Amino acid sequence: MVTCAQVLKELSNYIDEDIDPRLRAEIEEHLRGCHRCSILLDSTRKTLRIVGDDRVFEVPAGYSERLHQFLTNKLGI
Amino acid sequence: MAATNPLPPLNNAVERDESDLIKCVCGGQKELFHELIRPYERGIYLAAFSILHNQADAEEAAQEALLKAFAHLHELRSGEKFKSWLFLIAVNEARMRRRKNHQHLFEPIDDEASESEEGGFMPRQFADWHDVPSEAFEKKEIRIAVQKALDGLPPKYREVFILRDVQHLSVAETGRVLGLSTPAVKTQLHRARLQMREQLAPVFGKRWSDRLPFIKGRKPW
Repeated sequence: MVTCAQVLKELSNYIDEDIDPRLRAEIEEHLRGCHRCSILLDSTRKTLRIVGDDRVFEVPAGYSERLHQFLTNKLGI
Repeated sequence: MAATNPLPPLNNAVERDESDLIKCVCGGQKELFHELIRPYERGIYLAAFSILHNQADAEEAAQEALLKAFAHLHELRSGEKFKSWLFLIAVNEARMRRRKNHQHLFEPIDDEASESEEGGFMPRQFADWHDVPSEAFEKKEIRIAVQKALDGLPPKYREVFILRDVQHLSVAETGRVLGLSTPAVKTQLHRARLQMREQLAPVFGKRWSDRLPFIKGRKPW
């Protein structure tokens, strides 16, 4: 049976599915009985969902237009 | 009856279109370069900004990186992914500018000793998180909270996090762009994720919607 510390250590690999199947099964068993580790996993996944959405990051107004104009001017394209 | 060929997966289709575009640009249809880089222009800016922390510098770095990409496009090897190649150029351009501006001298020194410590970071926030409706991602309050959390990461964690979790490069591609081994990418990514989660927990944890007046009165989950 894995401990909370082991779950914490493997959390990122677990999310990326880059983990030995046996350890994965042990972590899943731990998660069924550990509310704190379940919250840790769920909130980390939600963090990745938020930052993985392009809309959450702002680029300066007019950036795209300036970029393409720059390329047009410099490259004549 | 003739056998029907299954449709290729979308990713393959996208990559094929991209490789066609690259061939066209290298073959003289230079104006298609605009189309080629359009899916990556935001990401290139964000990667540069994660290194330079200044809008004007990041924008200039993105422009110069794309000029260089155009000039060297014919050197892109067959089978090499355009996206990671482009990010490699952008990261190098931004790092060069950072060195030139001596910005790295003002950044916090990473604690190398903690690299060998198991975990290296202990979470403290254990409030349950609600599902965040995706339409909220464009809201200023959310954007500010995410940017602030990102700014709070040590620089080397931030660069890995941006390439892997924001731009969705693979671990191997992230390592290639940043000049890091796969284990180093994984270690830094793990710590970056935990720290980002910790920083965002007060915003997205229980009762987060009470902090966001724009969405009061609605319960999207």
